[in-house]
Amino acid sequence: MTILVDARTRVLVQGLTGKQGAFHAGLMKEYGTQVVAGTTPLKKGERVHDIPVFDTVHEAVKETGANASAIFVPPPFAADAIYEAVDAGIGVIACITEGIPVADMQRVKAHVDLRGVRLIGPNCPGIISPGSCKIGIMPGQIHQPGSVGVISRSGTLTYEAVHQLTQLGIGQSTCIGIGGDPIIGTNFIDALTLFEKDPGTDAVVLIGEIGGNAEQDAAAFIRDSMSKPVIAFIAGRTAPPGRRMGHAGAIIAGGKGTADEKIEAFRAAGVRVAESPAVIGKTLAEARARHH
Amino acid sequence: MKIHEHQAKALFREHGIPVPRGIHAQSADAARAAADDLARQGVTTSVRVVKAQVLAGGRGKAGGIKVCKTLAEVHPAATALIGRRLVTKQTGAEGVEVRSVLVEEGLDIDRELYLAIVLDRAARKPVIMASTMGGTEIEEVAERHPEAIVKEWIDPLIGLQDFQSRRLAFALGLARDRAQLDAAVKLLRGLAELYDRLDASLVEVNPLVVLKDGRIAALDGKVTFDDNALYRQPRIAEMRDDAEEDPLEVQAAASNLNYVRLDGSIGCMVNGAGLAMATMDMIKLSGGEPANFLDVGGGASAETVANALRILVSDQNVRAVLVNIFGGIVRCDLVAQGVVEGAARVDMKVPVVVRIEGTRAEEGRKILAEAPFKVIVGRDMADAAEEAVRAAAGG
Repeated sequence: MTILVDARTRVLVQGLTGKQGAFHAGLMKEYGTQVVAGTTPLKKGERVHDIPVFDTVHEAVKETGANASAIFVPPPFAADAIYEAVDAGIGVIACITEGIPVADMQRVKAHVDLRGVRLIGPNCPGIISPGSCKIGIMPGQIHQPGSVGVISRSGTLTYEAVHQLTQLGIGQSTCIGIGGDPIIGTNFIDALTLFEKDPGTDAVVLIGEIGGNAEQDAAAFIRDSMSKPVIAFIAGRTAPPGRRMGHAGAIIAGGKGTADEKIEAFRAAGVRVAESPAVIGKTLAEARARHH
Repeated sequence: MKIHEHQAKALFREHGIPVPRGIHAQSADAARAAADDLARQGVTTSVRVVKAQVLAGGRGKAGGIKVCKTLAEVHPAATALIGRRLVTKQTGAEGVEVRSVLVEEGLDIDRELYLAIVLDRAARKPVIMASTMGGTEIEEVAERHPEAIVKEWIDPLIGLQDFQSRRLAFALGLARDRAQLDAAVKLLRGLAELYDRLDASLVEVNPLVVLKDGRIAALDGKVTFDDNALYRQPRIAEMRDDAEEDPLEVQAAASNLNYVRLDGSIGCMVNGAGLAMATMDMIKLSGGEPANFLDVGGGASAETVANALRILVSDQNVRAVLVNIFGGIVRCDLVAQGVVEGAARVDMKVPVVVRIEGTRAEEGRKILAEAPFKVIVGRDMADAAEEAVRAAAGG
């Protein structure tokens, strides 16, 4: 079992004819994902990797029954793309685009919440249920089907963690990159809630970083509402205050949002925290062994 | 992106926010002329305030603001500021050079308030923070007197409503009479409009002053903008001033590299922001200090690697370079090729430690081991960090 996406998920790629969209749609399809349609205005009738292109999301949904979307359009058009997907009835939207203005995301987030649509990202690698469905830009081959859920604000650091798990023979149920922006569609608590309910998940790896207090909120949620073991890693213990570390959301502002605060919150909630990024897999293995 | 106080105040004026009358001056002579011009424009007091225009905060405490009781004091005050390096708690010990001043009329101040609009990440909407403890840094107020801060959240779908502004005005004691209440509501509306229409990420008025005659004015102004939105704010983008930035960071930005300079001795080059932060942490865990944060992005082509290495080795503190790449979509052998070709274009005087993992990692390591220059190949992340610390220490 997995969360949000599985072998039955029918995926639409918004921005399919662009360089990134075309490249990753090909890899998604190769992985076995049902990529059923793409959209780019005025490109109707074209095919990319034999995937049909439509002018509008409505049309694509009507013709192909697409129920999830991967968004690869440039930042100025990303909010519009999300609204279009919501309007067409898409239930799960993964927005890969990096660089969307915060003002746009404030409105998008308020809107998707009102409409009850699951938005993942933006500025994220996407979501993968290993062996059945990959929506996004993560390397499929490092994953392995299994029962550990992974939630992360980062891209390559997540691949690092997943790779460690797979090397240890520990498979994953679903891995969600929630994104590195200050405002994101799905947060740690949303994802933890889904993993707690999923019978196919028996432990969770959470990868956070400096900035904001989503990790502190997650720690309180884990303490109060999670029965499954969760381990964490927080990046940025050496990051200086007031400087943005690549991700738009990775900044210690007004002395708040430090890695040490977050680590402290997790430890206080009884969550094991990996000391080093090199031992994320090992830390999960130990936590799971103790839990059984 | 930050802008100067005089620029922020020009934007305030455009949005109907009252500010002291003032003129921006780039020399002491221009400052003296500005002081006279203000008198001709109807300023009756002879008091002038000369304020150093620097982007770094903490300017007042560092002596960057001079109050002149007479017009004759303006020229020497400006002379003392322009060209001088101002060391504030936000600058390094080397400080930042003052290149211009803002000359303003002195005001008859009764009390000082604090007002700011900033994104509340947890609430996913902007919040207005206000306090009667103006002139003090908000972090300090939040720490010692959290009850002294009042907040109103702006719903992004409907914007700030007047009832919210009135609520804030009452909390701040800005309801002496109808005129004052209306002025406060208008000022808040203007700030919210500026924040929203110009894609600001912070609008701060500290202090907002109440004058003896009951009027209110923004005595200081600080505005920062969402970098992601600059593409649609061309006028704001033009206000950028890189003079106070680290030159290496400016150079990196021009090459589209995400680079933040730190003060350690191990330069790092990593693909992905999260992994880059984790690599810095790993160096620290191994007993070293990272010299920078650098995300080269997913691809790590020879071109990108060369640009990145050039910047890393320009930092005189760097004694070793640690390259940490996780090859996923991009295969490790191709990344390794990029590292070898990129490094060959740069005069590498310091040892390079490479850790490469992911798809076709074995092939990648082989390419690195056979490189025409000395590369230390780390077995894993921990090993590579230790090797880098050892190399930086001189062997």
